[in-house]
Amino acid sequence: MNKHFFSDMGVMVGRSMRHISRSMDTIITVTITPIALLLLFVYVFGGAIQTGTGNYVNYLMPGILLIAIASGISYTAYRLFLDKSKGIFERFHSMPIARSTVLWGHVLTSLVSNALSVVIIILVALIMGFRSSAGVLSWLAVAGIIALFTLALTWIAAIAGLSAKSVDGVSAFSYPLIFLPFISSAFVPTESMPSAVRAFAENQPVTSIVESIRALLSNQPVGNEIWIALAWCIGIIIVAYFFAMRAYKARV
Amino acid sequence: MQNPSIQVKGLQKSYKKLQVLKGVDFEVEKGSIFALLGSNGAGKTTIVRILSTLFKPDSGTASINSFDVVSDPENVRQSISLTGQFAAVDEVLTGRENLIMMAKLRHLKQPRQVADELLERFGLADAADRRASTYSGGMRRRLDIAMSLIGKPQIIFLDEPTTGLDPEARIEVWKVVKELADSGTTVFLTTQYLEEAEQLADQIAILHEGRVIASGTLQELKKLFPPAKVEYVEKQPSLEEIFLTIINKKEEKLG
Repeated sequence: MNKHFFSDMGVMVGRSMRHISRSMDTIITVTITPIALLLLFVYVFGGAIQTGTGNYVNYLMPGILLIAIASGISYTAYRLFLDKSKGIFERFHSMPIARSTVLWGHVLTSLVSNALSVVIIILVALIMGFRSSAGVLSWLAVAGIIALFTLALTWIAAIAGLSAKSVDGVSAFSYPLIFLPFISSAFVPTESMPSAVRAFAENQPVTSIVESIRALLSNQPVGNEIWIALAWCIGIIIVAYFFAMRAYKARV
Repeated sequence: MQNPSIQVKGLQKSYKKLQVLKGVDFEVEKGSIFALLGSNGAGKTTIVRILSTLFKPDSGTASINSFDVVSDPENVRQSISLTGQFAAVDEVLTGRENLIMMAKLRHLKQPRQVADELLERFGLADAADRRASTYSGGMRRRLDIAMSLIGKPQIIFLDEPTTGLDPEARIEVWKVVKELADSGTTVFLTTQYLEEAEQLADQIAILHEGRVIASGTLQELKKLFPPAKVEYVEKQPSLEEIFLTIINKKEEKLG
Protein backbone atom coordinates (compact mmCIF):
# COMPACT_ATOMS: atom_id res chain seq x y z
CA MET A 1 0.00 0.00 0.00
CA ASN A 2 1.20 3.48 -0.83
CA LYS A 3 2.63 5.16 2.26
CA HIS A 4 0.44 8.22 1.67
CA PHE A 5 -2.77 6.20 1.32
CA PHE A 6 -4.48 7.50 4.46
CA SER A 7 -3.44 11.10 4.07
CA ASP A 8 -4.48 11.14 0.39
CA MET A 9 -7.76 9.43 1.26
CA GLY A 10 -8.37 12.11 3.89
CA VAL A 11 -7.88 14.87 1.31
CA MET A 12 -10.21 13.17 -1.17
CA VAL A 13 -12.99 12.56 1.36
CA GLY A 14 -12.59 16.06 2.84
CA ARG A 15 -12.97 17.50 -0.63
CA SER A 16 -16.15 15.65 -1.54
CA MET A 17 -17.68 16.19 1.91
CA ARG A 18 -17.27 19.92 1.21
CA HIS A 19 -19.12 19.39 -2.05
CA ILE A 20 -22.00 18.02 -0.01
CA SER A 21 -22.00 20.58 2.77
CA ARG A 22 -21.91 23.45 0.25
CA SER A 23 -24.76 22.15 -1.86
CA MET A 24 -28.15 23.14 -0.47
CA ASP A 25 -29.72 20.96 -3.12
CA THR A 26 -27.90 17.87 -1.83
CA ILE A 27 -28.77 18.55 1.79
CA ILE A 28 -32.44 19.13 1.01
CA THR A 29 -32.71 16.00 -1.13
CA VAL A 30 -30.98 13.61 1.24
CA THR A 31 -32.45 14.75 4.54
CA ILE A 32 -35.34 17.22 4.21
CA THR A 33 -37.16 15.24 1.50
CA PRO A 34 -37.13 11.90 3.36
CA ILE A 35 -38.26 13.71 6.52
CA ALA A 36 -41.08 15.37 4.56
CA LEU A 37 -42.10 11.94 3.23
CA LEU A 38 -42.06 10.63 6.76
CA LEU A 39 -44.33 13.45 7.92
CA LEU A 40 -46.62 13.00 4.94
CA PHE A 41 -47.04 9.28 5.38
CA VAL A 42 -47.38 9.36 9.13
CA TYR A 43 -49.72 12.34 9.52
CA VAL A 44 -51.60 12.37 6.17
CA PHE A 45 -51.76 8.94 4.49
CA GLY A 46 -50.92 6.87 7.53
CA GLY A 47 -54.41 6.91 8.99
CA ALA A 48 -55.76 5.15 5.91
CA ILE A 49 -53.05 2.52 5.68
CA GLN A 50 -53.61 -0.78 7.48
CA THR A 51 -50.33 -2.41 8.36
CA GLY A 52 -51.51 -4.62 11.16
CA THR A 53 -49.04 -3.00 13.52
CA GLY A 54 -49.80 -0.29 16.00
CA ASN A 55 -47.01 2.17 15.29
CA TYR A 56 -46.88 3.32 11.64
CA VAL A 57 -43.65 5.30 12.15
CA ASN A 58 -41.95 2.07 13.14
CA TYR A 59 -43.39 0.37 10.06
CA LEU A 60 -42.25 3.17 7.76
CA MET A 61 -38.75 3.68 9.11
CA PRO A 62 -36.74 1.16 7.02
CA GLY A 63 -38.31 2.31 3.73
CA ILE A 64 -37.68 5.99 4.45
CA LEU A 65 -34.03 5.25 5.17
CA LEU A 66 -33.64 3.35 1.91
CA ILE A 67 -35.21 6.24 -0.03
CA ALA A 68 -32.79 8.65 1.62
CA ILE A 69 -29.86 6.47 0.58
CA ALA A 70 -31.15 6.05 -2.97
CA SER A 71 -31.35 9.83 -3.34
CA GLY A 72 -27.98 10.26 -1.65
CA ILE A 73 -26.11 8.03 -4.08
CA SER A 74 -27.49 9.89 -7.09
CA TYR A 75 -25.25 12.74 -5.96
CA THR A 76 -22.30 10.36 -5.80
CA ALA A 77 -22.95 9.61 -9.46
CA TYR A 78 -23.13 13.33 -10.18
CA ARG A 79 -19.85 14.11 -8.42
CA LEU A 80 -18.08 11.26 -10.22
CA PHE A 81 -19.43 12.52 -13.52
CA LEU A 82 -18.12 16.03 -12.85
CA ASP A 83 -14.66 14.79 -11.87
CA LYS A 84 -14.52 12.63 -14.96
CA SER A 85 -15.72 15.27 -17.41
CA LYS A 86 -13.86 18.26 -15.97
CA GLY A 87 -10.39 16.75 -16.07
CA ILE A 88 -10.05 16.38 -12.28
CA PHE A 89 -9.38 12.65 -12.59
CA GLU A 90 -6.62 13.33 -15.10
CA ARG A 91 -5.04 15.89 -12.83
CA PHE A 92 -5.07 13.50 -9.85
CA HIS A 93 -3.92 10.52 -11.89
CA SER A 94 -0.88 12.36 -13.17
CA MET A 95 0.21 13.15 -9.60
CA PRO A 96 2.37 11.07 -7.28
CA ILE A 97 -0.50 10.08 -4.98
CA ALA A 98 -2.10 6.81 -3.92
CA ARG A 99 -4.14 6.44 -7.12
CA SER A 100 -6.84 4.20 -5.71
CA THR A 101 -7.99 7.02 -3.40
CA VAL A 102 -9.33 8.96 -6.40
CA LEU A 103 -12.25 6.56 -6.82
CA TRP A 104 -12.43 5.11 -3.30
CA GLY A 105 -12.58 8.62 -1.86
CA HIS A 106 -15.98 8.98 -3.54
CA VAL A 107 -17.09 5.59 -2.25
CA LEU A 108 -16.08 6.39 1.31
CA THR A 109 -17.74 9.81 1.10
CA SER A 110 -20.92 8.09 -0.03
CA LEU A 111 -20.84 5.76 3.00
CA VAL A 112 -20.09 8.55 5.47
CA SER A 113 -22.61 11.06 4.12
CA ASN A 114 -25.41 8.51 3.84
CA ALA A 115 -24.71 7.35 7.38
CA LEU A 116 -25.05 10.96 8.50
CA SER A 117 -28.39 11.44 6.80
CA VAL A 118 -29.65 8.12 8.20
CA VAL A 119 -28.74 9.24 11.72
CA ILE A 120 -30.46 12.61 11.26
CA ILE A 121 -33.63 10.96 9.94
CA ILE A 122 -33.70 8.49 12.83
CA LEU A 123 -33.37 11.36 15.32
CA VAL A 124 -36.32 13.17 13.74
CA ALA A 125 -38.31 9.93 13.70
CA LEU A 126 -37.66 9.51 17.43
CA ILE A 127 -39.38 12.84 18.00
CA MET A 128 -42.31 11.62 15.90
CA GLY A 129 -42.75 8.54 18.02
CA PHE A 130 -40.41 6.00 16.50
CA ARG A 131 -39.45 3.44 19.14
CA SER A 132 -37.30 0.37 18.94
CA SER A 133 -36.79 -2.46 21.40
CA ALA A 134 -33.70 -3.66 19.55
CA GLY A 135 -30.52 -4.39 21.46
CA VAL A 136 -26.99 -3.34 20.54
CA LEU A 137 -26.38 -6.41 18.37
CA SER A 138 -29.57 -5.87 16.39
CA TRP A 139 -28.68 -2.21 15.86
CA LEU A 140 -25.25 -3.25 14.64
CA ALA A 141 -26.88 -5.69 12.23
CA VAL A 142 -29.15 -2.87 10.99
CA ALA A 143 -26.12 -0.63 10.51
CA GLY A 144 -24.38 -3.42 8.60
CA ILE A 145 -27.31 -4.01 6.25
CA ILE A 146 -27.67 -0.28 5.63
CA ALA A 147 -23.94 0.03 4.91
CA LEU A 148 -24.07 -2.90 2.45
CA PHE A 149 -27.14 -1.43 0.76
CA THR A 150 -25.34 1.94 0.49
CA LEU A 151 -22.27 0.27 -0.96
CA ALA A 152 -24.35 -1.68 -3.48
CA LEU A 153 -26.13 1.46 -4.68
CA THR A 154 -22.86 3.45 -4.64
CA TRP A 155 -21.26 1.05 -7.11
CA ILE A 156 -24.35 1.24 -9.31
CA ALA A 157 -24.04 5.01 -9.11
CA ALA A 158 -20.39 4.71 -10.07
CA ILE A 159 -21.34 2.90 -13.28
CA ALA A 160 -23.78 5.68 -14.11
CA GLY A 161 -21.44 8.52 -13.19
CA LEU A 162 -18.44 7.08 -15.01
CA SER A 163 -20.18 6.07 -18.21
CA ALA A 164 -22.78 8.84 -18.62
CA LYS A 165 -22.32 11.24 -21.52
CA SER A 166 -24.30 14.11 -19.99
CA VAL A 167 -25.55 15.41 -16.65
CA ASP A 168 -29.10 14.52 -17.68
CA GLY A 169 -28.05 10.91 -18.14
CA VAL A 170 -26.65 10.84 -14.63
CA SER A 171 -29.74 12.21 -12.95
CA ALA A 172 -32.14 10.03 -14.97
CA PHE A 173 -30.64 6.81 -13.67
CA SER A 174 -31.46 7.41 -10.01
CA TYR A 175 -35.24 7.78 -10.36
CA PRO A 176 -35.96 4.04 -10.67
CA LEU A 177 -33.84 3.43 -7.57
CA ILE A 178 -35.79 6.00 -5.56
CA PHE A 179 -39.06 4.43 -6.73
CA LEU A 180 -38.17 0.85 -5.83
CA PRO A 181 -39.10 1.29 -2.14
CA PHE A 182 -42.60 2.46 -3.12
CA ILE A 183 -43.25 -0.84 -4.91
CA SER A 184 -42.25 -2.93 -1.93
CA SER A 185 -43.45 -3.59 1.56
CA ALA A 186 -41.86 -0.32 2.71
CA PHE A 187 -45.10 1.70 2.93
CA VAL A 188 -47.91 -0.83 2.76
CA PRO A 189 -48.06 -4.61 3.19
CA THR A 190 -47.68 -6.36 -0.17
CA GLU A 191 -50.89 -8.38 0.47
CA SER A 192 -52.93 -5.32 -0.52
CA MET A 193 -51.38 -5.14 -4.04
CA PRO A 194 -52.73 -6.68 -7.30
CA SER A 195 -51.05 -10.01 -8.00
CA ALA A 196 -48.58 -8.91 -10.71
CA VAL A 197 -47.37 -5.91 -8.70
CA ARG A 198 -47.28 -8.04 -5.60
CA ALA A 199 -45.11 -10.66 -7.29
CA PHE A 200 -42.65 -7.92 -8.28
CA ALA A 201 -42.76 -6.27 -4.87
CA GLU A 202 -42.12 -9.47 -2.98
CA ASN A 203 -39.20 -10.53 -5.13
CA GLN A 204 -37.25 -7.33 -5.51
CA PRO A 205 -34.31 -6.56 -3.18
CA VAL A 206 -35.91 -3.69 -1.27
CA THR A 207 -38.64 -5.86 0.30
CA SER A 208 -36.24 -8.36 1.85
CA ILE A 209 -34.02 -5.54 3.10
CA VAL A 210 -36.98 -3.63 4.54
CA GLU A 211 -38.39 -6.75 6.18
CA SER A 212 -35.01 -7.63 7.73
CA ILE A 213 -34.47 -4.16 9.15
CA ARG A 214 -38.05 -4.00 10.42
CA ALA A 215 -37.70 -7.36 12.15
CA LEU A 216 -34.38 -6.40 13.73
CA LEU A 217 -35.71 -3.06 14.99
CA SER A 218 -38.80 -4.64 16.55
CA ASN A 219 -36.91 -7.57 18.05
CA GLN A 220 -38.70 -10.13 15.89
CA PRO A 221 -37.02 -13.20 14.37
CA VAL A 222 -35.51 -12.26 10.99
CA GLY A 223 -36.01 -15.67 9.40
CA ASN A 224 -34.81 -16.21 5.84
CA GLU A 225 -35.32 -12.60 4.79
CA ILE A 226 -31.98 -11.48 6.13
CA TRP A 227 -30.09 -14.03 4.02
CA ILE A 228 -32.01 -13.01 0.93
CA ALA A 229 -31.25 -9.36 1.75
CA LEU A 230 -27.54 -10.04 2.22
CA ALA A 231 -27.40 -12.11 -0.96
CA TRP A 232 -28.99 -9.25 -2.92
CA CYS A 233 -26.61 -6.65 -1.48
CA ILE A 234 -23.44 -8.66 -1.95
CA GLY A 235 -24.49 -9.89 -5.38
CA ILE A 236 -25.18 -6.31 -6.53
CA ILE A 237 -21.90 -5.10 -5.04
CA ILE A 238 -19.88 -7.71 -6.94
CA VAL A 239 -21.59 -7.21 -10.30
CA ALA A 240 -21.75 -3.40 -10.06
CA TYR A 241 -18.14 -3.17 -8.88
CA PHE A 242 -17.04 -5.15 -11.92
CA PHE A 243 -18.86 -2.88 -14.37
CA ALA A 244 -17.90 0.31 -12.52
CA MET A 245 -14.22 -0.62 -12.62
CA ARG A 246 -14.52 -1.41 -16.29
CA ALA A 247 -16.02 2.03 -16.95
CA TYR A 248 -13.34 3.61 -14.76
CA LYS A 249 -10.45 1.88 -16.52
CA ALA A 250 -11.87 2.81 -19.91
CA ARG A 251 -11.51 6.40 -18.77
CA VAL A 252 -7.95 6.36 -17.55
CA MET B 1 21.09 17.00 -27.00
CA GLN B 2 23.15 16.66 -23.84
CA ASN B 3 20.58 16.52 -21.18
CA PRO B 4 17.08 15.92 -22.49
CA SER B 5 14.15 16.25 -20.09
CA ILE B 6 11.83 14.38 -22.40
CA GLN B 7 12.77 11.75 -24.93
CA VAL B 8 10.24 10.25 -27.30
CA LYS B 9 11.05 7.55 -29.84
CA GLY B 10 8.77 5.88 -32.37
CA LEU B 11 5.62 6.54 -30.36
CA GLN B 12 2.49 4.90 -31.77
CA LYS B 13 -1.07 4.89 -30.51
CA SER B 14 -4.38 3.85 -32.02
CA TYR B 15 -7.94 4.17 -30.80
CA LYS B 16 -9.76 1.17 -32.15
CA LYS B 17 -8.99 1.39 -35.87
CA LEU B 18 -7.92 5.01 -35.96
CA GLN B 19 -4.17 5.41 -35.81
CA VAL B 20 -3.54 8.73 -34.07
CA LEU B 21 0.22 8.55 -33.60
CA LYS B 22 2.24 6.89 -36.35
CA GLY B 23 5.75 7.02 -34.94
CA VAL B 24 6.53 10.26 -33.16
CA ASP B 25 10.10 11.24 -32.28
CA PHE B 26 11.38 14.30 -30.45
CA GLU B 27 13.53 15.47 -27.57
CA VAL B 28 13.03 18.37 -25.21
CA GLU B 29 15.98 20.12 -23.67
CA LYS B 30 16.04 20.73 -19.95
CA GLY B 31 14.81 24.17 -18.93
CA SER B 32 13.47 25.04 -22.35
CA ILE B 33 10.02 25.83 -23.65
CA PHE B 34 8.95 23.24 -26.19
CA ALA B 35 5.88 23.86 -28.30
CA LEU B 36 4.04 21.03 -30.01
CA LEU B 37 2.13 22.67 -32.79
CA GLY B 38 -0.72 21.03 -34.62
CA SER B 39 -4.30 21.43 -35.73
CA ASN B 40 -7.25 19.93 -33.84
CA GLY B 41 -7.11 16.16 -33.84
CA ALA B 42 -3.44 15.99 -34.77
CA GLY B 43 -2.72 13.91 -31.65
CA LYS B 44 -1.25 16.58 -29.36
CA THR B 45 -3.39 15.66 -26.36
CA THR B 46 -2.68 11.97 -26.91
CA ILE B 47 1.04 12.67 -26.63
CA VAL B 48 0.52 14.72 -23.46
CA ARG B 49 -1.56 11.90 -21.96
CA ILE B 50 1.09 9.31 -22.73
CA LEU B 51 3.86 11.49 -21.29
CA SER B 52 1.84 12.18 -18.14
CA THR B 53 1.26 8.43 -17.57
CA LEU B 54 -2.50 8.55 -18.26
CA PHE B 55 -2.29 6.36 -21.38
CA LYS B 56 0.07 3.62 -22.43
CA PRO B 57 1.49 3.81 -25.95
CA ASP B 58 0.98 0.85 -28.33
CA SER B 59 4.66 0.91 -29.24
CA GLY B 60 7.70 3.13 -29.01
CA THR B 61 9.23 4.60 -25.87
CA ALA B 62 8.90 7.81 -23.93
CA SER B 63 10.97 8.85 -20.96
CA ILE B 64 10.86 11.80 -18.60
CA ASN B 65 14.05 12.63 -16.69
CA SER B 66 15.22 9.26 -18.07
CA PHE B 67 12.38 7.43 -16.29
CA ASP B 68 10.30 5.32 -18.65
CA VAL B 69 6.61 6.37 -18.64
CA VAL B 70 5.37 2.78 -18.86
CA SER B 71 7.73 0.89 -16.55
CA ASP B 72 8.40 3.64 -14.02
CA PRO B 73 5.28 5.81 -13.80
CA GLU B 74 5.76 6.63 -10.10
CA ASN B 75 9.05 8.43 -10.74
CA VAL B 76 7.60 10.13 -13.80
CA ARG B 77 4.71 11.49 -11.74
CA GLN B 78 7.18 12.81 -9.20
CA SER B 79 8.86 14.83 -11.94
CA ILE B 80 5.85 16.27 -13.77
CA SER B 81 2.72 18.29 -13.47
CA LEU B 82 -0.17 18.29 -15.89
CA THR B 83 -2.35 21.24 -16.75
CA GLY B 84 -4.98 19.74 -18.98
CA GLN B 85 -6.94 21.20 -21.82
CA PHE B 86 -9.77 22.41 -19.61
CA ALA B 87 -8.82 24.17 -16.40
CA ALA B 88 -9.21 21.27 -13.97
CA VAL B 89 -9.94 23.27 -10.85
CA ASP B 90 -12.48 22.25 -8.23
CA GLU B 91 -15.24 24.80 -8.78
CA VAL B 92 -16.92 24.21 -5.44
CA LEU B 93 -13.76 24.99 -3.52
CA THR B 94 -12.25 28.46 -3.23
CA GLY B 95 -9.00 29.33 -4.95
CA ARG B 96 -7.16 29.00 -1.66
CA GLU B 97 -8.73 25.62 -0.90
CA ASN B 98 -7.79 24.32 -4.33
CA LEU B 99 -4.17 25.22 -3.71
CA ILE B 100 -4.14 23.80 -0.18
CA MET B 101 -5.64 20.58 -1.50
CA MET B 102 -2.85 20.25 -4.06
CA ALA B 103 -0.18 21.04 -1.47
CA LYS B 104 -1.58 18.32 0.79
CA LEU B 105 -1.61 15.84 -2.08
CA ARG B 106 2.03 16.73 -2.75
CA HIS B 107 2.60 16.02 0.96
CA LEU B 108 4.16 19.41 1.67
CA LYS B 109 4.75 20.52 5.23
CA GLN B 110 3.02 23.90 5.17
CA PRO B 111 0.14 23.81 2.71
CA ARG B 112 -1.36 27.15 3.83
CA GLN B 113 1.86 29.03 3.36
CA VAL B 114 2.44 27.51 -0.07
CA ALA B 115 -1.09 28.52 -1.05
CA ASP B 116 -0.64 32.09 0.18
CA GLU B 117 2.57 32.55 -1.78
CA LEU B 118 1.01 31.32 -5.00
CA LEU B 119 -2.14 33.40 -4.56
CA GLU B 120 0.05 36.45 -4.25
CA ARG B 121 2.27 35.54 -7.18
CA PHE B 122 -0.63 34.85 -9.52
CA GLY B 123 -2.62 37.92 -8.56
CA LEU B 124 -5.40 35.88 -6.98
CA ALA B 125 -5.02 37.11 -3.40
CA ASP B 126 -8.18 39.24 -3.58
CA ALA B 127 -10.24 36.37 -4.96
CA ALA B 128 -8.62 33.75 -2.72
CA ASP B 129 -11.73 33.01 -0.67
CA ARG B 130 -14.22 33.06 -3.50
CA ARG B 131 -15.34 29.81 -5.07
CA ALA B 132 -13.49 29.01 -8.27
CA SER B 133 -16.85 28.84 -10.09
CA THR B 134 -17.02 32.64 -9.85
CA TYR B 135 -13.63 33.14 -11.54
CA SER B 136 -13.19 34.46 -15.08
CA GLY B 137 -11.57 32.22 -17.70
CA GLY B 138 -8.20 33.88 -17.24
CA MET B 139 -8.29 33.66 -13.43
CA ARG B 140 -9.30 30.03 -13.61
CA ARG B 141 -6.40 29.27 -15.92
CA ARG B 142 -3.99 31.09 -13.61
CA LEU B 143 -5.29 29.11 -10.64
CA ASP B 144 -4.96 25.96 -12.73
CA ILE B 145 -1.31 26.71 -13.53
CA ALA B 146 -0.61 27.75 -9.93
CA MET B 147 -1.98 24.36 -8.81
CA SER B 148 0.44 22.69 -11.20
CA LEU B 149 3.44 24.49 -9.75
CA ILE B 150 2.94 23.13 -6.24
CA GLY B 151 5.71 20.77 -5.25
CA LYS B 152 8.06 22.36 -7.81
CA PRO B 153 7.82 19.76 -10.57
CA GLN B 154 10.74 19.89 -13.02
CA ILE B 155 8.56 19.47 -16.08
CA ILE B 156 5.20 21.08 -16.69
CA PHE B 157 2.76 20.05 -19.38
CA LEU B 158 0.40 22.72 -20.60
CA ASP B 159 -2.18 21.36 -23.00
CA GLU B 160 -3.55 24.27 -25.03
CA PRO B 161 -3.27 26.68 -22.12
CA THR B 162 -4.76 29.68 -23.91
CA THR B 163 -7.57 28.09 -25.91
CA GLY B 164 -10.75 29.98 -25.12
CA LEU B 165 -9.03 32.87 -23.36
CA ASP B 166 -9.38 36.52 -24.34
CA PRO B 167 -6.26 38.34 -25.60
CA GLU B 168 -5.43 39.89 -22.22
CA ALA B 169 -5.70 36.61 -20.36
CA ARG B 170 -3.61 34.99 -23.05
CA ILE B 171 -0.80 37.47 -22.52
CA GLU B 172 -0.99 36.87 -18.75
CA VAL B 173 -0.55 33.16 -19.34
CA TRP B 174 2.38 33.80 -21.68
CA LYS B 175 4.05 35.85 -18.99
CA VAL B 176 3.64 33.03 -16.49
CA VAL B 177 5.06 30.49 -18.94
CA LYS B 178 8.13 32.65 -19.61
CA GLU B 179 8.75 33.12 -15.89
CA LEU B 180 8.53 29.37 -15.39
CA ALA B 181 11.17 28.67 -18.01
CA ASP B 182 13.38 31.42 -16.59
CA SER B 183 13.31 29.65 -13.23
CA GLY B 184 14.61 26.46 -14.84
CA THR B 185 11.38 24.52 -15.30
CA THR B 186 10.96 22.62 -18.55
CA VAL B 187 7.70 23.62 -20.20
CA PHE B 188 5.99 21.34 -22.68
CA LEU B 189 3.26 23.25 -24.40
CA THR B 190 0.74 22.25 -27.03
CA THR B 191 -0.99 24.85 -29.08
CA GLN B 192 -2.85 25.40 -32.30
CA TYR B 193 -1.87 29.07 -32.41
CA LEU B 194 1.20 29.74 -34.49
CA GLU B 195 1.71 33.06 -32.79
CA GLU B 196 1.85 31.42 -29.39
CA ALA B 197 4.61 29.05 -30.46
CA GLU B 198 6.45 31.95 -32.06
CA GLN B 199 6.19 34.07 -28.91
CA LEU B 200 7.18 31.46 -26.38
CA ALA B 201 9.00 28.47 -27.69
CA ASP B 202 12.70 27.74 -27.81
CA GLN B 203 11.93 24.60 -29.77
CA ILE B 204 8.96 23.92 -31.99
CA ALA B 205 7.75 20.61 -33.37
CA ILE B 206 4.97 20.45 -35.91
CA LEU B 207 2.71 17.43 -35.53
CA HIS B 208 0.72 16.52 -38.58
CA GLU B 209 -1.24 13.33 -39.27
CA GLY B 210 0.44 11.44 -36.47
CA ARG B 211 4.05 12.39 -37.21
CA VAL B 212 6.40 15.22 -36.38
CA ILE B 213 6.99 16.65 -39.83
CA ALA B 214 9.34 19.47 -38.82
CA SER B 215 11.13 20.54 -35.69
CA GLY B 216 13.77 22.98 -34.53
CA THR B 217 14.08 26.54 -33.34
CA LEU B 218 12.02 29.21 -35.01
CA GLN B 219 15.14 30.31 -36.90
CA GLU B 220 15.77 26.79 -38.12
CA LEU B 221 12.18 26.40 -39.24
CA LYS B 222 12.34 29.68 -41.09
CA LYS B 223 15.39 28.44 -42.97
CA LEU B 224 13.31 25.60 -44.38
CA PHE B 225 11.60 28.14 -46.55
CA PRO B 226 13.22 30.25 -49.21
CA PRO B 227 13.85 33.78 -48.02
CA ALA B 228 10.81 35.92 -48.62
CA LYS B 229 11.02 38.66 -51.19
CA VAL B 230 11.59 41.95 -49.42
CA GLU B 231 8.72 44.33 -49.87
CA TYR B 232 8.10 47.65 -48.26
CA VAL B 233 4.63 48.03 -46.86
CA GLU B 234 3.10 50.46 -44.45
CA LYS B 235 2.85 48.69 -41.08
CA GLN B 236 -0.79 48.40 -40.14
CA PRO B 237 -1.57 47.62 -36.51
CA SER B 238 -3.42 44.33 -36.06
CA LEU B 239 -6.83 44.39 -34.49
CA GLU B 240 -5.31 42.70 -31.45
CA GLU B 241 -2.76 45.48 -31.01
CA ILE B 242 -5.51 48.09 -31.33
CA PHE B 243 -7.68 46.27 -28.81
CA LEU B 244 -4.90 45.94 -26.28
CA THR B 245 -3.79 49.55 -26.67
CA ILE B 246 -7.30 50.84 -26.07
CA ILE B 247 -7.77 48.59 -23.07
CA ASN B 248 -4.47 49.64 -21.56
CA LYS B 249 -5.28 53.34 -22.05
CA LYS B 250 -8.54 52.80 -20.28
CA GLU B 251 -6.82 51.07 -17.39
CA GLU B 252 -4.28 53.85 -17.12
CA LYS B 253 -7.07 56.39 -16.88
CA LEU B 254 -8.85 54.34 -14.27
CA GLY B 255 -5.66 53.71 -12.37
